[in-house]
Amino acid sequence: MIHKQYNNINEQVFTDKLPNGLSVFVVPKRGFQKRYAFFATDYGGADRRFKLSGKWIDTPEGVAHFLEHKMFDTEDGNALTNLSANGASPNAYTSTDITAYHFECIEKFNENLETMLSFVSIPYFTAESVEKEQGIIAQEICMVEDDPDYCLYYGLVKSLFKHNPMRDSVAGTVESIAEITAQTLYDCHKVFYNPSNMALCVVGDVDPSAIVDIARKVLPETPGEIPERDYGAPESLAPFRKRFVKDMEVSLPIFLAGCKIQPTPRGQKSLWAELVCALSLDLLLGNSSPLYIRLYGEGLINSDFSASFDSAAGAAYTMFGGETRDPARVFDEVIKEISKLSENGPDPEFFRRIKKSALGSSIRAFNSFEAISGNIVEGHFRGFDPFETPELLAKISQDDIIEFYRNNLKPDNMATSIITPFQ
Amino acid sequence: MPGVSLTCIKTDKFKTGCLTVNFICSLSKETAAASALLPRVLRRGSAELPNMERISAALDELYGARIEPLVRKKGETHCIGLYADFPDDRFLSEQNDAQNLLEETAALLGGMLLSPNMQDGFFRLDYVESEKANLIDDIRATINDKRSYSIERLLEEMCSGEAYSVNKNGDENEARAITPESLTAHYRKMLNHARVEVFYCGFADHERVLKAVTSALSGLKPRKDATIPKTNILLHPSEKEPRHLSEKLDISQGKLTVGFRLGSAMENPDYPALIVFNSLYGGSITSKLFLNVRERLSLCYYASSMLDKHKGVMIVSSGVEFSKFKMALDEIMFQLEQVKKGEISEWELTSAKRYVITSIKSALDRPGGLEELYFDSIISANPYDPVDICDKISKVSLSDIIKTASDITPDTIYFLSGTDISNKESDIDT
Repeated sequence: MIHKQYNNINEQVFTDKLPNGLSVFVVPKRGFQKRYAFFATDYGGADRRFKLSGKWIDTPEGVAHFLEHKMFDTEDGNALTNLSANGASPNAYTSTDITAYHFECIEKFNENLETMLSFVSIPYFTAESVEKEQGIIAQEICMVEDDPDYCLYYGLVKSLFKHNPMRDSVAGTVESIAEITAQTLYDCHKVFYNPSNMALCVVGDVDPSAIVDIARKVLPETPGEIPERDYGAPESLAPFRKRFVKDMEVSLPIFLAGCKIQPTPRGQKSLWAELVCALSLDLLLGNSSPLYIRLYGEGLINSDFSASFDSAAGAAYTMFGGETRDPARVFDEVIKEISKLSENGPDPEFFRRIKKSALGSSIRAFNSFEAISGNIVEGHFRGFDPFETPELLAKISQDDIIEFYRNNLKPDNMATSIITPFQ
Repeated sequence: MPGVSLTCIKTDKFKTGCLTVNFICSLSKETAAASALLPRVLRRGSAELPNMERISAALDELYGARIEPLVRKKGETHCIGLYADFPDDRFLSEQNDAQNLLEETAALLGGMLLSPNMQDGFFRLDYVESEKANLIDDIRATINDKRSYSIERLLEEMCSGEAYSVNKNGDENEARAITPESLTAHYRKMLNHARVEVFYCGFADHERVLKAVTSALSGLKPRKDATIPKTNILLHPSEKEPRHLSEKLDISQGKLTVGFRLGSAMENPDYPALIVFNSLYGGSITSKLFLNVRERLSLCYYASSMLDKHKGVMIVSSGVEFSKFKMALDEIMFQLEQVKKGEISEWELTSAKRYVITSIKSALDRPGGLEELYFDSIISANPYDPVDICDKISKVSLSDIIKTASDITPDTIYFLSGTDISNKESDIDT
């Protein structure tokens, strides 16, 4: 087991790799009552075409999420209920690139951890249970289709991407999930839920070696193969279409603009690219930026306005938006500001301040067990160590930022999505 | 100082310190919008840092400290103030300008609350107008989330005539009528008369916090008789039969929302029993509603209950297919009857208790969760210790639950369904 101490933020991490290929991370936290476990597979909504026993197979949109729901079924009942009855608050989520199972509890942590590792690694599906779940998930899809933010987001990614699975809904559609069978689920589980493709992270007042022992005891002994996946031919940075508009029951128009950017490389460079991107977006339109303050003062945006970055399935993009009366004007103002910043760079005094603020935020993130685990596991799948964030932040220069604006934030690579109120 | 109190929880668990200052007012239709508007306007500028630009720059210099408006509705009290959090000095020992983040953030917050940026003795017209517009947008935005919209609508109807029906952001017409003059008058009244509750959690010692807070709030005057306003509790529905209301919107999943009065359980409320009852009936994933309405019968995507122990109201909220409305409602009522009859297994009771104990203890492990728990207790009719309550919860018995549930009565049933107009997406290429 490797032990790393990070004195600046008073945290330590124990890391181990089991013979079956599973990576285990433990972050001991003295003085806390809550203990938190996060067990994830490097598999998400975008991983729809992959190799199984040497042959490429295609799976329906929404299968990773469907599988996540079905994993809670065990031969003798439902793991969600069992964990909950044993004092744990379990949950799970599926994103474009990750499926994660997690729980927190105060007592009986080891017992609950065994339960979680066991139900996630032992598939149990029947035709009846798959059919029943199709009904439940169809309801969930209906519910999210009433959610304006959901429609806004998928309006954007479906505009940015032509065929990359980043554009697909993680939950799928009522039609696509109807194609899922028990066999589809067994196939996906076999390929992606093998320990070599997974990671476990535990945060709380625990003994690291006990965690490793439990993982060894419960999980399969033999390593699986690293899955081969296919996201189709790389796309150009030009969006598939420039604009998406939909009328819904909303009080104000909501607007989201996105820009395709160069996919980030694996390794520590990936963290670097993320940090440069985040800092560039803060300087452009974060809530202490001149642009944000001006637009807020004019009543064009409110405190809802924000920006973010996402990368998966061999593609990456940034997005920004919020509620506004005048989406066209806000978009236009952002484009003008990008062009100004690409020319002159940000004000050096502001650049100095925003780095202080980013350093504080990176420290604050260590309050959250969820954020710590999420960052460690995401970092592991992408090959970086999130604890190096403070050091990397300090190294970012004005030139790195200018380069990001020039190379990545090109209006030609942008698309917009707008939800407008019914007239 | 009379009428101003400080709760200080020292802990080395967190990377940040958290400080909130709350003015405790009565919730009322006439003042809710003005109260909700105040912290937004105060956040725009102080005499010392007159605009957002200066405030943002100061917060960035404090290593990304945050100060945000805080507006909470607890029963029929309306709690207005500011929330601050800032990195703890210990983690910035290499930076020589980061040794007084608590004092500096507290001073900034105090300046915003007590010395606002005013013109000729009133709040600035431009700040008031721009924050009014934001507040009105937020009031209107309730419709964006159909689940919370349904709950708001239910409470408006069920508690019409009671202060409890008022949204924490107030009502659009009241907001529209606010002027710099009226807001300033409201501010003066609150500033001089409302009870003030200050809360801190973090690594600093009590003395250090007391000194920082006393200095930051030195402009406050003592307020004799500033007590926490009482919530008026209606034990039973005013009508014999539950009222049925339905509305239509262009949505694909229906929302069934039911409001209950807790009855005799509120005469001398037993908080631990109320909390466990809610967890057992519909508050957790081992609850009767979750396991029956959702899992066994697949009647809906979610069905859960929540309870306001200050007001004595419980709400069951569920998302159902339009056609399954009646079946879901029957099942929701049937499950409540089961609890009243004591049809509760040992497993259900233990699971419900474990669930709430875990939620409370893990909330104590988060700065925001810890603040919320202590604050909720402080403004309760019978304050309790959030740490001790876990013990009491573990001792709740089956008969406590039956007693608590015995007089719970449905008051109003609200159903939100879809219209027939189908709306097609339009993809526009430009």
